[in-house]
Amino acid sequence: MADPIARRRPPRYTRYVEWVIEGLIRVCGLSAIVFILAIFVFIGKEGIGFLGTHIVGMLSSTDWNPTSTPPAFGLIALLVGTFWCVGLSLLISVPVGLASAVYLSEFAGDSRREGLKIVVELLAAIPSVVWGFIGVMILNPLLQKAGAPVGLNGLNGAIVLALMTLPLLVSLGEDALRAVPESYRQAAIAMGATKWEMVWRVLLPAARRGLLVAVLLGVGRCVGETMAVLMVTGHAARIPHSIYDPVRTLTATIAAELGEAVRGGEHYQALFALGILLFFVTFVVNLIADAAVRARKTQ
Amino acid sequence: MVAEPHVQIEGLTLSYGPRAVVKNVTLSAPRNGILGIVGPAGSGKSSMLTCLNRTIELTPGASYTGTVRLDGQDVRSLEASDLRRRVAMVLPLPVGLPMSVYDNVAFAPRLAGVRRKTELDEIVERCITQAALWDEVKDRLDMLGTRLSGGQQQRLTLARALSTDPEVLCLDEFSIAIDPVTTMRIEAVLTELKERMTIVLVTNLLMQARRIADVTAFMLNGELIEAGPTGDLFVFARDKRTNDYLAGKFG
Ligand SMILES: Nc1ncnc2c1ncn2[C@@H]1O[C@H](COP(=O)(O)OP(=O)(O)OP(=O)(O)O)[C@@H](O)[C@H]1O
Ligand SMILES: [Mg+2]
Repeated sequence: MADPIARRRPPRYTRYVEWVIEGLIRVCGLSAIVFILAIFVFIGKEGIGFLGTHIVGMLSSTDWNPTSTPPAFGLIALLVGTFWCVGLSLLISVPVGLASAVYLSEFAGDSRREGLKIVVELLAAIPSVVWGFIGVMILNPLLQKAGAPVGLNGLNGAIVLALMTLPLLVSLGEDALRAVPESYRQAAIAMGATKWEMVWRVLLPAARRGLLVAVLLGVGRCVGETMAVLMVTGHAARIPHSIYDPVRTLTATIAAELGEAVRGGEHYQALFALGILLFFVTFVVNLIADAAVRARKTQ
Repeated sequence: MVAEPHVQIEGLTLSYGPRAVVKNVTLSAPRNGILGIVGPAGSGKSSMLTCLNRTIELTPGASYTGTVRLDGQDVRSLEASDLRRRVAMVLPLPVGLPMSVYDNVAFAPRLAGVRRKTELDEIVERCITQAALWDEVKDRLDMLGTRLSGGQQQRLTLARALSTDPEVLCLDEFSIAIDPVTTMRIEAVLTELKERMTIVLVTNLLMQARRIADVTAFMLNGELIEAGPTGDLFVFARDKRTNDYLAGKFG
């Protein structure tokens, strides 16, 4: 009689296959880390020296004018512009995105959900440049018809950014909601909660960490977005006083000016210093998101 | 003169898709009594319960015909959330909602509009005490409900079900996660509670039905084989299948 399965040993080659696959996976993982470090070193090498000598001036002036004499490297206006755009766009995208996520996971039927998810994914596939185009050609005229002054402005940029972050918020938000055990919903409903009361009092609190992660990743996406904001915000390095003022972001500044800056010159180094700052901001946002994910797992 | 039954199930047929799992069942629960429902796994007991509070309507693909009356009134004519406050349900696997022990029990009263802290405190203490859980949790009411042990969570579910002062209390195999001692305590609680409400008790423990049910119904493959006063049914069931099941010959 043959051995019982528990006593049999798998053929020897499976162990080698295992070993090779494990090695490949390890190389892939390590290379990701190596790339990131390389990028970090590259940006740091070009910009860190400049950052060290100019940091005080950069953070105490609103005047960004690197080609004037003497050049001015104040980046408060750029920082404010960045957070202005991001904040404004989150004001739009977070409520809309989370509401859509709730609709998809709780109220839409199966077939409608699948259909809408395809649309959402299509939305995510639209390239940044095309969004910029839409912002300039469609959104801006619409805003002007609605009473905004002539010219590109921060609101325009915020709306485009919001549209670009929505797919991320909707699909991650929906995942977070659907990860809530069905039994919670049943228990709330059986207690006489209406569907909406169930969503508000049980579902959203239960999914809050996942939703937070979705929002934070959305923030990271917004902060890093370049092309679209470069095209639609009006690109003026001034502190905005109303939503109709044009603004300029860190990313757009780098993209617009790197080509004309003299390689190795002061301007060039200043742009790399902006890059370091940007890196730092998105790094912090991702770190927070990561911590939230971790907390969610251990909960 | 027999009092009008509190809960009356008439000609209930329930299907998931094309498959009928409850077949033309007519059964009533006497007011202020305990109706025990027994039967082997898959005989449709839990499915039938979901018609009493109409949670069946949330299951995609499920449909039913026939009527369930509460105090003579078709449950379909009631607002679903009102009905669910009047007909409370304790499910077999305990579900602590992801909130504090206190908030778990205060959940339904709050939905019903109770805001005063003193009133909520009173309800919470009364319900948790009735569910034989007070001594174990009174010092940690603000702990997450899901951190309680399985058996404690089950009693928390019971406390929560009692928080609306329901007139009908349905329990689906409540003792599945509870130790024998606590089970006995809750059985004693149920016998007390029936002074104030009607209880429908689905159970796999024949002895449990025998101990506390006033009327027992036996279901098999979606059909109601026989129902009658518990004492009679266990001593001389009319149907051979009932006899065999109660004697432990199959199931
Ligand atoms: N949501 C559902 N969709 C499809 N079929 C279902 C669903 N719920 C239950 N059923 C089927 O209905 C039948 C009756 O199930 P039900 O849960 O009512 O039995 P039960 O008598 O409560 O059994 P148990 O004693 O094991 O709890 C089973 O065959 C089950 O597979
Ligand atoms: Mg069952």
